[in-house]
Amino acid sequence: MDTRRWGMILIGLIVALTILGYIYTPYDPNEVRVMERFESPGRDHLLGTDHFGRDVLSRILVGGRISLLIGIAAVALGSAVGTLLGLLAGFRGGLWEEFLMRTSTALQAFPSILLALLFATIWEPGVQVVLWSITFGNIPYFLRLTRNQVLSIRKRPYVEAARALGARDRGIMLRHIIPNLKDALLIQFTVSLAGAILVEASLSYLGVGIQPPAASWGRMLREAQGYASLAPWGVLAPGLFIAVTVLGFNLLGDTWIFRREDVLKRE
Amino acid sequence: MKRYLLQKTGGFLITLVLVSILTFFIVQVLPGDPALLMLGTEGTPEVYARLRNEMGLERPLLERYLRWLLSFLQGQWGNSWRYSMPVRGLVARAFPLSLSLAFLAVGVALLVATPAGMFMAAKPRSFAARFMSVTTLVGLGLPQFWVGLLLIQVFAVSLGLLPAGGGSSPVSLLLPTLTLAIPRAAILSRFMRVGMADALKQDYIRTAKAKGVAEGTLFFKHALRNGSLAAFTVAGLQFAQLLAGTIVVEQVFGLPGVGQLLLNGVFQRDLPVVQAVVMVIVFLILLFDLAFDLGLGVLDPRIRYE
Repeated sequence: MDTRRWGMILIGLIVALTILGYIYTPYDPNEVRVMERFESPGRDHLLGTDHFGRDVLSRILVGGRISLLIGIAAVALGSAVGTLLGLLAGFRGGLWEEFLMRTSTALQAFPSILLALLFATIWEPGVQVVLWSITFGNIPYFLRLTRNQVLSIRKRPYVEAARALGARDRGIMLRHIIPNLKDALLIQFTVSLAGAILVEASLSYLGVGIQPPAASWGRMLREAQGYASLAPWGVLAPGLFIAVTVLGFNLLGDTWIFRREDVLKRE
Repeated sequence: MKRYLLQKTGGFLITLVLVSILTFFIVQVLPGDPALLMLGTEGTPEVYARLRNEMGLERPLLERYLRWLLSFLQGQWGNSWRYSMPVRGLVARAFPLSLSLAFLAVGVALLVATPAGMFMAAKPRSFAARFMSVTTLVGLGLPQFWVGLLLIQVFAVSLGLLPAGGGSSPVSLLLPTLTLAIPRAAILSRFMRVGMADALKQDYIRTAKAKGVAEGTLFFKHALRNGSLAAFTVAGLQFAQLLAGTIVVEQVFGLPGVGQLLLNGVFQRDLPVVQAVVMVIVFLILLFDLAFDLGLGVLDPRIRYE
């Protein structure tokens, strides 16, 4: 079976479990049961309970939705802005291109986590910090990708021919550039989603992302760390779900990393 | 080479200026009023007015930026709002640990990835190579801090072999280094494999083979230099992610590096500390990129003319 299909299976599984979390959870994910603290995985609690006696499985089922939603929203936003600016840079050239490419290089020097920590200092830690840092972190990648594609596609004979026949910039963009760009963008999108899930988890783990009492996988790891010797299952389960989600998106994007670095290095 | 050097250095300087503008903008302009941020909920209007004056917030933006940049370049990074200590001292104390972690991790990752990638390229159909390929794919997606937590669980809690961190002895750096190195090794070995596989397909390799060059010499001497270029390039690019990774990993192991300094700064809203640490990290990332670009230019003359 090819890797892409594995990716689809893994992501399908995660999405299905997340949807299930909206309809059914074995327990109330936020209900504190002091008498049932640190129960090991068993018949009552499939994945055990945490230091408040909350059911780990229930929290995992609801903990994924916020990561997925933020990831999708932020990457969608970042890709939209990045692609538009990339088209601008590729078509206009000149000063526009120079300015956009330089700014995106500068922005790229900030890892998403660093951006998030900057935002968390001036705002309150929380959802908006995660959302904006991932959005801004992604703009340069899409900008670069789009601009490079535009430059290479513009030089192809059939585009030159279309231009010779009187096609305008806008027509060329819609008819020739965008369809050619679709695959590359889609790959970058899934890859960026994998990155977004990791960044969200890291930020929530650091305490600047999703705030309690909301459950998120990263946050669960943060809370479970202090009791890891008492309740190792609290550390195992959320991390496993993060890893599976990231792996799934990476597999979907297939040999993502090579293509991305390829695009980056063509500069 | 001279032109290449000038071009790269020029780009580096321009990016540095833009980075400083971005940082300044986020820290000083976006929040609206840094003075209010510093005071928090306490403070009388008089204190507030005095503070605004001291911080020069009444001046035009451009002047504020230039003043800030100038004093930053002169090494006057101000005092921490919370510790009442010079920021520079705090930063100088925190960086060696994080930097050594990052370098150690790159070293370990390359040490593992180079032979692994070469093996995968040499015997692509073997079971071992396939197994390694899947392992590296899984390794790519592992959240770094989770790897750290698992390593603590296995080596510190269950086996009791290694300290879970906190200390500053070389042994206590072992687990953090491994944590950082594992995902890097996964990525680098994949690049190594692709690079080597590409190099082995080249015409000059076939020529050498036809001339009767021994298999080993062919592999280690002729193919390796070209084949490892991609992996080394990526090792350079990875540095940025490594420095970001140390922030998280230091938190896992309770190490007093930049990550801890930065996080404390964030939670205590200590703007001078945050902006200094961020500037230094980004500066190092760019510097490293530049060094790698130049190194690559030496290693692969073709790049200089692109």
